[in-house]
Amino acid sequence: MNTPYGELLLALRPEICLVAGALAVLAVDLPKNSRSPQQRLQISAALGVLALVTAGVWGLGAGQPGPLFGGVLSLDMLAQATRAGVLGLALLALGVTAGTSRLRHPAELVAMILFATTGFTLMAVAQQLLLAFLALETASLSLYVLAGFDKSRPESAEAALKYFLVGGVSAAFLLFGFSLLYGLTGSIELQEISVQLAMSGPSPLLVVALVMILVAFGFKAAAAPFHLWAPDVYEGAPAPSAALIASASKLAGLALFLRLLWPGLGAAAGNLTGAAGWLPVVALISAASMLLGNFAALAQGNVRRLLAYSAIAHAGALLLGVIAAGHSGPGPLFYYAATYGLATVGAFGVIAVVERAGRCQNLGDLGDLAGLRARSPLLAGCLFVFVLSLAGIPPLAGFVGKFVVFSAALQMGGPAGWLALLAIALSAVALYYYLLILKQALVAPAKESSPIKVPATAALALLAAAALIVVLGLWPSALLGLFQ
Amino acid sequence: MNLLPWTIYVSFAGAFLALVVGARSATAARWVALATAVAGATLTFLAAREFVPGSSLQTLVDVPWIRELGVNYHLAVDGISLTLLVLTGLAATAGILFSWNIEERPGEFFALFLALIGGVYGVFLSADVFVLFVFYEIAIVPKYFLIAIWGSTNREYGAMKLVLYSFAGSALVLAGMLWAYAAGGAHGFGLAELSAAAVHIPHGTQLAIFALVFLGFAVLAGLFPFHTWAPTGHVAAPTAASMLLAGVVMKLGAYGCLRVAMPLFPEAFAYWQPVIAWLALAGILYAGFIALVQEDFKFVIGYSSVSHMGFVLLGLAAATPLALAGAVLQMFSHGVIAGLLFAVVGRMVYERTHTRRLAELRAMPLHRLLPFAAVVFVVAGLASLGLPGFSGFPAELSILIGAWQAKPLWAAVAALGIVVAGAFTLRVIQVSFFGSAGAHSAPPADSHPLPPITLAEKAGALLLLGATVYVGLKPDVLLDWIVPALQSPAFQAVIKGGHP
Repeated sequence: MNTPYGELLLALRPEICLVAGALAVLAVDLPKNSRSPQQRLQISAALGVLALVTAGVWGLGAGQPGPLFGGVLSLDMLAQATRAGVLGLALLALGVTAGTSRLRHPAELVAMILFATTGFTLMAVAQQLLLAFLALETASLSLYVLAGFDKSRPESAEAALKYFLVGGVSAAFLLFGFSLLYGLTGSIELQEISVQLAMSGPSPLLVVALVMILVAFGFKAAAAPFHLWAPDVYEGAPAPSAALIASASKLAGLALFLRLLWPGLGAAAGNLTGAAGWLPVVALISAASMLLGNFAALAQGNVRRLLAYSAIAHAGALLLGVIAAGHSGPGPLFYYAATYGLATVGAFGVIAVVERAGRCQNLGDLGDLAGLRARSPLLAGCLFVFVLSLAGIPPLAGFVGKFVVFSAALQMGGPAGWLALLAIALSAVALYYYLLILKQALVAPAKESSPIKVPATAALALLAAAALIVVLGLWPSALLGLFQ
Repeated sequence: MNLLPWTIYVSFAGAFLALVVGARSATAARWVALATAVAGATLTFLAAREFVPGSSLQTLVDVPWIRELGVNYHLAVDGISLTLLVLTGLAATAGILFSWNIEERPGEFFALFLALIGGVYGVFLSADVFVLFVFYEIAIVPKYFLIAIWGSTNREYGAMKLVLYSFAGSALVLAGMLWAYAAGGAHGFGLAELSAAAVHIPHGTQLAIFALVFLGFAVLAGLFPFHTWAPTGHVAAPTAASMLLAGVVMKLGAYGCLRVAMPLFPEAFAYWQPVIAWLALAGILYAGFIALVQEDFKFVIGYSSVSHMGFVLLGLAAATPLALAGAVLQMFSHGVIAGLLFAVVGRMVYERTHTRRLAELRAMPLHRLLPFAAVVFVVAGLASLGLPGFSGFPAELSILIGAWQAKPLWAAVAALGIVVAGAFTLRVIQVSFFGSAGAHSAPPADSHPLPPITLAEKAGALLLLGATVYVGLKPDVLLDWIVPALQSPAFQAVIKGGHP
């Protein structure tokens, strides 16, 4: 057998860069040195940025489009765009980290971010169940560590433990579902699976496999009713880790989910009007997430928990995008997920800077944002953009994301259309809690008047995210056009 | 004509500039804001001079924006939009003049104010529903901050309520327009394109979509029973914001009904016509009666706004050529007059006496302390009643006659509404300004002389007064624009739909 390893190496350039970068970060920091943690963080972050940029610039252009290495990988537009997206989001998260982190072991922190990103980029290209699972676990294990990185606070450990336990269980579900699929079809390659499924038709075992897979992805995506870990993790994890969990991880996960469901299991989709399959289940999860997320967010007094419930609501809309992708391709879903990621990274970035400046005990208290406009006009302005984009106010990218996903769902018709109408109705509910954040930042008087000094890297990352949200909102064809 | 799109860009640029210079100097921010508003108004006047009335939307800009959705950045104007653009320019200029005394965070105030104005110009110029919706939402969001930061009584509640109502309305519009797009198989959101596609939608679905879109817009126009955001919002808002709210923002809703909902679905409009008419009538009477018993000066004006906007909605519902022309004229007229009334109550009286309670105002001889304010209020009140010589007269008369042509009973009930309007207006004039006129010949000993009316206030008041008198004496200025626009196939379909 002539295995094209050269081709594989070429296609995996981004991952090679990332892993090499992570190892370099660890190696540089390894010798016993007398540098301050601040310096070590800066050196590590600089190496990390270098790795991410190299992966993006040098790595992404490589490789033939289409399936590679016997169908293990696929370098189609969705894969490349998702890779670029997660690299960009990781870069922003790293920028925030470099500016705000006061954690011990800065090199390990940066290395873990790079390892997690490696997992994300692999998830984006995986075309085969085994690689998909490995990529997902690489990313997840890194994220568990990142969630618990703040060893000085028990909440961080709690977040990591909860995330790890729930994530571990869901990984077991996923693996079980995958093994059933393998048993049913005799293959772990998505293309082969779809051919086999189309021939064999539905079977009870397939239903079990689908349920396992959907439960697992429900956990990963923080969709109701599998969302219970999300508020605790978003609250307890260090802010940059939460940013990564909420943004890049979601984008990569949804790309993988999309690839698994439509090209792989499209034959078992069923339909929304009764025939068994995964489509009705995803629709139900989507509706439950939107309802629960939006209404639970109303009652939150903690901005991190609020963002967690908003993330659950957005997960519902993203799942609607997964459904609609069967009709209109991955464009709308990718646009929504990528721009949502930008806004979330930004919002958590602002929180990270505010928390660093304050000496607050309860992280994420909504009141800590009070008077932000007086303390730092830059942060307040950025937060304004991020939160309004999350709320879906034009001309920001969040609006266009909602618009394209909902119009795709309505064009699909039937219950997908009803879900879109539900989502639009709930967006009015959502505006209330988003305005609560902005009310604190822009309307309420400051509790403490000390100005917040925004570290340069964090400022750069936040400004870049805000600018991207505005530009992509005004010129959405830049992303949507990729998928035409 | 090609000047008109610049109203939008100038407003946004002015907003940005006001934000930047406002951080250092309040005076600079004021002058930037005034210059921007005057520039916008001047652009509309210049365009109006060149305007050739016609029956179609005259395209100003039409370039592809989002190819994937078939969205074009399409701006166009006809006589109806031009009328409202002129109103926007006037209201914006007057609003800036009446907020000359804003000291708290002036840069942000004027930036939000001008952003709102830019959104309003954009809505009136859009010929693509997507573009219209984008501008519509841009106009909604600043209202929250304008009210929550610079407002008074119960401001955070009022601001949140107002914005949530508006946003819920716009969510209905969004749902309806996406539904129409999908169900009709349209390839874009242009008004012409959508109405061509709407023909293919089954009748039952059309009824539902029309209801969503019309109701969504009508919430912002103060349609009963979804009007409750308006009085609380107006009362909480700072003067300039309530002037804009009543003056132009409520018109956005009515304009959306007229421009989008009705022409896209004329058959569905015919089905819902009686419902809309009766809700409009209920609003006219209900808000009028409430205004009659209010003890807060600003609440009276707030409810009177809802009542007068009821006439606009009635004109739309009656849908005869006369009624529609009257409705557009009433939008202009109410925009100017409501701006004046709020200016007197909020800026001239409240900021000097620090009370809006009619019982307390009654004890002050305000007509002697603030003679200018008294004159302006009396004149504006009479204009609001629809006295001949003011813009309200031709507007409400056209609506009444139009409603009579459609259904005499509607006109009869609406006429009752005019009587009620007369009652609450005269009551509030008497109680607020002439309360103790006969009782004391000299001001009470404890009354301090109030600060005199400033030049900016006088200029703003005269600007709006001039507009209402000019249009009252010469309504043809506007009607010559409006009536030809109603000849377009889209509106003819509405008129035909309303009167089979």
